[in-house]
Amino acid sequence: MTTAGRPIDGSSERLDRPALVLRGLEKSFGDVPAVDGVDLEVRQGEFITLLGPSGSGKTTTLRMIAGFTRQSAGTIEIDGADMSQVPPYRRDVGMIFQNYALFPHMTAAENIAFPLEMRRASRSEIRRRVAEALALVKLEGFGGRYPRQLSGGQQQRIAFARAVVFHPRLLLMDEPLGALDKKLREALQLEVMHISRQLGATVIYVTHDQEEALVMSDRIAIFNRGRIEQLGRGEDLYDRPVSLFVADFIGDSNILRGWFERDGDGGWLVRDASRWRVGAAATARAALDGDRAAALVVRPERLRIVDPGDAGAAAAGANTVEASVRDVLYLGSIRKYELTLPDEQTATVRQQVGGNERVWQPGARVRLTWAVDDEVLVSDPGGRPSRPGDVPTAPLA
Amino acid sequence: MLLDRSRTGRSGRRDRDDPIVNRWALLAVPPIAFLVAFFLIPLIVVSLRSVTDFPRPAGDALANYGRFFDSAANVRVLGNTFWVAALSTVVCLALGYPYAYLMNIVRPRLAGLLLIAVLLPFWSSLLVRTYAWQVILRDTGIINTFLLDMRLIDEPIPLIRTTLGVMLGMSQILLPFMVLPIYAVMRRIDPEYTRAAANLGAPPFAAFRRVFLPLSLPGVLAGSLLVFVLALGFYITPALLGSPKDTMISQFIASAVQQRLDWGIGSTMAVILMGLTLTVLFVASRFIRLRDVFGSFEES
Ligand SMILES: Nc1ncnc2c1ncn2[C@@H]1O[C@H](COP(=O)(O)OP(=O)(O)OP(=O)(O)O)[C@@H](O)[C@H]1O
Ligand SMILES: [Mg+2]
Repeated sequence: MTTAGRPIDGSSERLDRPALVLRGLEKSFGDVPAVDGVDLEVRQGEFITLLGPSGSGKTTTLRMIAGFTRQSAGTIEIDGADMSQVPPYRRDVGMIFQNYALFPHMTAAENIAFPLEMRRASRSEIRRRVAEALALVKLEGFGGRYPRQLSGGQQQRIAFARAVVFHPRLLLMDEPLGALDKKLREALQLEVMHISRQLGATVIYVTHDQEEALVMSDRIAIFNRGRIEQLGRGEDLYDRPVSLFVADFIGDSNILRGWFERDGDGGWLVRDASRWRVGAAATARAALDGDRAAALVVRPERLRIVDPGDAGAAAAGANTVEASVRDVLYLGSIRKYELTLPDEQTATVRQQVGGNERVWQPGARVRLTWAVDDEVLVSDPGGRPSRPGDVPTAPLA
Repeated sequence: MLLDRSRTGRSGRRDRDDPIVNRWALLAVPPIAFLVAFFLIPLIVVSLRSVTDFPRPAGDALANYGRFFDSAANVRVLGNTFWVAALSTVVCLALGYPYAYLMNIVRPRLAGLLLIAVLLPFWSSLLVRTYAWQVILRDTGIINTFLLDMRLIDEPIPLIRTTLGVMLGMSQILLPFMVLPIYAVMRRIDPEYTRAAANLGAPPFAAFRRVFLPLSLPGVLAGSLLVFVLALGFYITPALLGSPKDTMISQFIASAVQQRLDWGIGSTMAVILMGLTLTVLFVASRFIRLRDVFGSFEES
């Protein structure tokens, strides 16, 4: 009944090809590019989140996959089949809309039955599968209610049931939890994740809530200005951001901006009178060609606070910077320090609360130290145009 | 209350304690006074005359009603009135729904032009328009002259003094009352619903039939009711474009009052027509909210 002749019970063997391939996907509205060259390969059963600031092209990408918007350039393949000429009603892709788009004139059960009716399933089949879908989202008794008689969370579940009941090849969700309050959102995050896994569904999920992305996804695609800035597991993005944008967007980070100087396999980041060692691995990953503006990224829990006179702090394999404590925030299991660096930049440190760790008071002069292995080097396109002390037009002597 | 809709949203509750808003409510006094003086009072007078005004001394108060129903012609004309009104409603719906749909899918600019086009009839008087139809439809009119000249026909085909003529004239006048409520409802249908239908596997026609059409039904009911009720009172158009067979009750009322000076039977017919119209509205109100019909432009 569906395009690929796939039976609606989805029993056809999942071939080893990717569930979705986007190649050079572009979309412009007038002269303005909304999506500007997106490449993405999604494995069968994978849960991928598109994460990025408002206006970065996440929704537009999703709409092109669903077929509501035609791409300006590039290709979309679903289960190995080119979708360029396929209208949305034959793409066999389930979508959960931000406002759910439940049909207001149909009951919950009729809404869920709709995609099955469109696929000409038999009456008994429809009845059975609607009941299954309602059970799946734990709303057994609610089939006879109209959407307006359901709470936001219940509507969300019905929308989910309607989108999965026909076992689509892909499940697209555009900020499906955006309209719900925090508590319900967190409960549903886990539920959506578990049910998707249970169904083996391939999911493309859009959000601009990074916590949600980290909790739910196998991999996250960070969108920025219509492009994927970085694609990877949450840990990869957190521990090895490839750009200042990603470092800034995912989690809290301490960013030391300066001028990178190559030295053997590694190098140094220089700012004014300070210089910090950059390890070979970080240098290789950053792939910076020669000397240029760059930044070091260190996560707050990787920084340690020590006495300014602590000689051991500057041991091999560690970097240090002087600072003064501005605020101390006690947050239960952790203590958060806000510090000021010599040139008025700020730093954040997270200290595990154990009971016998040293606590610093606001105003204390301290030294921050971190292992060279814990820092990440990224290029800094908006950074200083030249090496410190030089005139801008002559960066190198 | 009415004035303050935009400020208090739907609840309309706050304005009662708000002295500034209450002062605005005074603006409603002149129109209400106008309606009482020139509509409500005459209505009461007419109703009273139907039970007090008899051409010759008569027995009971309902004698005029007895007179009305004794005449087969009266009952036939009453039936015909409803028939013509129903027919105009169907014609307006058949023309108006696709028109409103078109307005809803084209660019805003073109939709504006289409809106002006459907409102054009309002810019000329009903009488002028009806005479224009006469010029077009009569035996020596534009259509027949053209067809005769082209030798497509040997003698004029009857266009004027037919039900067809009445339908053409009436639906042109009534079409806006069908198009506007339907369009207002269609505009409020979130395009996301149609997209969701497509996403769930509905080809365009199925998406229309199962999702868009049901969601636009309130507009269809509103427009139909409006057109039907307005058509019940039509008078000049059927008189000028129809045959005696197409006579409507309003014409009978006019001739009773103006030619026979029989105010009793004229008032009686008016009260009967009004009663039946109210019945239609009452029955319809069981299915739709009348506020949607008569307030259908307020939110669009
Ligand atoms: N129909 C349209 N016409 C013109 N411009 C559009 C249209 N849809 C989107 N855009 C533009 O394309 C860009 C990307 O929009 P998109 O909706 O994909 O962003 P998003 O990442 O989903 O943002 P958000 O997180 O706010 O939902 C924006 O600059 C937006 O203004
Ligand atoms: Mg969006």
